[in-house]
Amino acid sequence: MIILFFKRALKDFRNNRLLNLITLLTISLSILIVSAFILFFINTSEIMNFWKKGLRVMAYLKSDFPPSQLTALSGQILTLPAVETVRFISKETALNQLKSQMKRQASLFENLDKNPLPDALEIQLNAKSQSWEKVEVLATQIEALDAVQEVEYGQRWLGRFTQIFNLFRLTGYTMCGIFFMAAVFIVANTIRLVIYSRRDEIEIMRLVGAAEHFIKIPFYFQGLMQGAAGAGIALAVLFMAYWSMASNIEQGFFSGLFNVRFLSPLMAALIILLSMLVGWLGSYISLKQYLKR
Amino acid sequence: MTDTDEKRSIIRMFHVHRNYGTKKALIDITLDIFKNDFVFLTGASGAGKTTLLKLLYLAEPVSEGQVLIDGMNISRIPRKRVAFLRRKFGIIFQDYKLIANRNVFDNVSLVLEAAGKKRRLIQKRVRGVLRLVGMEDRLTALPPSLSGGEQQRIAVARAIIGDPKIILADEPTGSLDDDSANIIMKLLNGVHIRGATVIIATHDKALIRKTGGRVLLLKQGRLQGSSIIEKHYDNSIF
Ligand SMILES: Nc1ncnc2c1ncn2[C@@H]1O[C@H](COP(=O)(O)OP(=O)(O)OP(=O)(O)O)[C@@H](O)[C@H]1O
Ligand SMILES: [Mg+2]
Repeated sequence: MIILFFKRALKDFRNNRLLNLITLLTISLSILIVSAFILFFINTSEIMNFWKKGLRVMAYLKSDFPPSQLTALSGQILTLPAVETVRFISKETALNQLKSQMKRQASLFENLDKNPLPDALEIQLNAKSQSWEKVEVLATQIEALDAVQEVEYGQRWLGRFTQIFNLFRLTGYTMCGIFFMAAVFIVANTIRLVIYSRRDEIEIMRLVGAAEHFIKIPFYFQGLMQGAAGAGIALAVLFMAYWSMASNIEQGFFSGLFNVRFLSPLMAALIILLSMLVGWLGSYISLKQYLKR
Repeated sequence: MTDTDEKRSIIRMFHVHRNYGTKKALIDITLDIFKNDFVFLTGASGAGKTTLLKLLYLAEPVSEGQVLIDGMNISRIPRKRVAFLRRKFGIIFQDYKLIANRNVFDNVSLVLEAAGKKRRLIQKRVRGVLRLVGMEDRLTALPPSLSGGEQQRIAVARAIIGDPKIILADEPTGSLDDDSANIIMKLLNGVHIRGATVIIATHDKALIRKTGGRVLLLKQGRLQGSSIIEKHYDNSIF
């Protein structure tokens, strides 16, 4: 039975070649755009997360801060809702770190008679508070503490970038939605035309006792197949684009900093399913309209 | 009407009307057709023969009155059961109604596919029935490439393949030469002998005389009468 429906759908594809090709092209274009967005977001989120991991606030303590009160201060900071951990970095540790990082310039440190670095607290934010608004709030809170001389946290442009990124993501979602609907509409239209071109056949099938589902299933098959094939084409094109771009990036400026990834198999499967849903919905809409009787 | 009549009836109509707007195509038709009857529905062009058949296979609704088919009141059949009811019929349409872009095999096999039969069985049955109508070597031909008589034979093959209880034939010999007409009448006789009820709409009086059977005469939408015509051998044709 399924083979029969499959064959009929294929046959129909051949009979209405131009119409079906146009549909296929539209689906793959829409899916290409949507999945390109998804790919972009996956990779940028990855980079953002990478940067966000370094999201911490450094509180430099006043030079007259008595070490005996350190536990109390840490405890006070820990009560702030956004804080995950607090780590004390003494000025000696900091200097040693600096020295080991700057071995070549060791001569610079030779005639230091006094450690110029302040004691510091490294404050990590918890997972829920990894946003720029939260970091800023936290920073002001900590800066207000008596013992704290100065507060330093990530670069400001990263905050700006996050905002732009979020705006971009919103636009992306909207665009995806629009393309989804456009694709559904176009599939519905093709199936409608196919139904129209086959109305005599459908009428005859009815008269010889074919049940509604027997008449409808081939159209659903057609929609699903168009969806699957469209997604296949889109993903293939996207992969080729990714492949040529990724090899450029890896050799270039960003090399080693992060690697660009392609959609995971799960994501690709989801996209194919989404595209099949587009095909199915398109068929559903036009069948609903045209086979009411 | 006696009890036995009721048991034997496969089609019953009670005061059936069919109007197209103000045009009355059928007026107050009451009739009984019995199991394994061989019935001619005759009358001039426009008398309502095709309309009456359409009411039976639910292509059009009854305007007034009741129709019972095999004990079921057709106006009470839910939409989903319509297809099921239609499978009781094998219909030969006045205009054949073959699917133009599907070959002979597909046109005939459609009936069995729709009934959910197995592929292997379908293959066998289609070949068998096409052999019966003498079209077994035209399996892959498309209907438009066939002559009128050949298309008619395919239509007959499609009507009889599902072993229907009732055959509805609308001018099955309409535009055919005598030889082709004879082939088709023989086929219809064959299914009648195997137990089917056969209803043939025709205005061909010679055909009725030659074949014999029960005759229902329609005149401007009214049933004028019912009579039995004995089979009459007209040897001059052979
Ligand atoms: N869809 C329709 N709309 C309006 N009038 C119709 C329709 N179908 C049939 N009629 C009218 O109903 C009457 C009966 O038509 P029908 O087709 O049943 O005649 P018929 O006996 O089959 O004639 P023929 O021998 O020419 O096939 C005719 O007068 C026809 O014009
Ligand atoms: Mg007619």
